[in-house]
Amino acid sequence: MTEPFIHLSGVRKTYRRGGEAHLAISDATFDVMPGELVSLVGPSGCGKSTLLKVLAGLHPQDEGEVRIGSGTHAFDPARDVGMVFQAPLLLKWRRILQNVLLPAEILGLPMGEARERARALLGLVGLEGSEDKYPYELSGGMQQRAAIARALVHDPKLVLMDEPFGALDALTREKMNLELLRIWKESGKTILFVTHGISEAVFLGTRVVVMTAGPARMADNIAIELPYPRTLDMKTHHAFGEYTRRIYRLLGME
Amino acid sequence: MEASSNTLSRTLLAVLAHLGLLAAWYAFVALGDVPKYVMPSPLATIKALFDANYNWWLNSGVTALEIFVGYFLALGVGVTLALLFTWSKTLEAFFMPLLVSLNMIPKVALGPLIIVWFKYGILPNSMMAFSIAVFPILLTTARGLRETEPELLDLVRALRGSRWQLFTKIQLPGALPYIFSGMKVGAILAVAGAIVGEFLSSDKGLGYLMLQVQVTLDTPAMFMAVILITLIGVALYGSVLLLERLLVPKDARIA
Ligand SMILES: Nc1ncnc2c1ncn2[C@@H]1O[C@H](COP(=O)(O)OP(=O)(O)OP(=O)(O)O)[C@@H](O)[C@H]1O
Ligand SMILES: [Mg+2]
Repeated sequence: MTEPFIHLSGVRKTYRRGGEAHLAISDATFDVMPGELVSLVGPSGCGKSTLLKVLAGLHPQDEGEVRIGSGTHAFDPARDVGMVFQAPLLLKWRRILQNVLLPAEILGLPMGEARERARALLGLVGLEGSEDKYPYELSGGMQQRAAIARALVHDPKLVLMDEPFGALDALTREKMNLELLRIWKESGKTILFVTHGISEAVFLGTRVVVMTAGPARMADNIAIELPYPRTLDMKTHHAFGEYTRRIYRLLGME
Repeated sequence: MEASSNTLSRTLLAVLAHLGLLAAWYAFVALGDVPKYVMPSPLATIKALFDANYNWWLNSGVTALEIFVGYFLALGVGVTLALLFTWSKTLEAFFMPLLVSLNMIPKVALGPLIIVWFKYGILPNSMMAFSIAVFPILLTTARGLRETEPELLDLVRALRGSRWQLFTKIQLPGALPYIFSGMKVGAILAVAGAIVGEFLSSDKGLGYLMLQVQVTLDTPAMFMAVILITLIGVALYGSVLLLERLLVPKDARIA
């Protein structure tokens, strides 16, 4: 059995502002294997974004263990994290290619190679020909694709996505789901995907980690045994419905 | 094509409006039989330019120098302070309310004090220009720097980017439209500040010259001085506008 790429055990995180303490995560415990795409669902305010920030090294946890990387998959916290948020957050004064290159610039990677990689990634996310456009010239979905390319440009091992398709319309969102699965397969990244969409979580994930209302505790960790490549008609399968029902039940919504 | 012919006709209208004003001025003086000391003709105004006693070059140069010194000082101090405020919340919480209060002082009222402090000459007049121009630049820059999306900061921090990278790649370019909007307001105020300074006390400059010729009722020279002051302001404002065109993409500009 291979070692997990991410190992979380008993992670606890409290925000302190002034004299007030606010417990955001009370106990997060789960493992992620290399190359997995794990969906993270839970009610609003339960600490999902906080957990991603802990994983990105932005806020240290107060208690518990966070281990990323393994003997076979070394992890450099500065270079091996890519992030995608709900808003594309492209720099509007930069053209798309320059936007995608931002992490490479910050890390001081050789720019010639990075530029080639950025072009290839823009192809991968279906944005060839938009390199020299400004963000405002692209639709919301296209901007989010550029944001995904930006998260991959420095070839990180781990990609953290915080409701990346939450702002998109239903149709674009389904399309982006299929695209993400393709990008994930082609790039072999380990992905943590936070979402409010239970059907989206099941459709994408090798596993779905369900968190209860904040402060976050693990409610369950469900392996989704649907074959890849996944197709939209799987959503009508009996097994798919079973998974979503089970998650709704865990969240107390049934 | 549509757009460019539209710009062309707009430019044409703008030029026509200015020429119209000039024509109206001329007609008013020529037909209205207005005394020269009340309202000189355009021609008389231009003639004043050839009166060597007035040292136009020197006086214009002094005024321009005062304005530029005050303005660039305001730009440097304003942007630097705003930057320090984004780096230290304590510093901001301490100084910002103070600066907002100081901004309430009508800077023109400081004139006599500034003369006490800096004697007379180029320096006090530059300080007048500075004191008026620095606030809009500081306040808009601080606002622009604050406007950065927190998640964008996370993105850079997750890559262990330095503070300097954060500033040069995210915060400063993001604040640039705001900085320029402050710079445009500041440019106009700096001109006013320097002239007020010259009115209060000076021995050179276009404002000083205006007071001199006021005594002799040489209105054409006063007109000429106003025109030259305006031109200096236009040159400053125009350079700021040009720089903005070069540095800020159209979509990001604010009025
Ligand atoms: N910087 C912060 N300082 C203080 N409290 C915070 C901070 N960020 C988040 N919180 C609090 O921590 C809790 C968890 O927030 P978090 O953003 O992680 O939730 P979430 O699961 O991502 O919610 P959502 O689904 O709405 O995005 C919330 O109660 C929130 O108010
Ligand atoms: Mg969140």
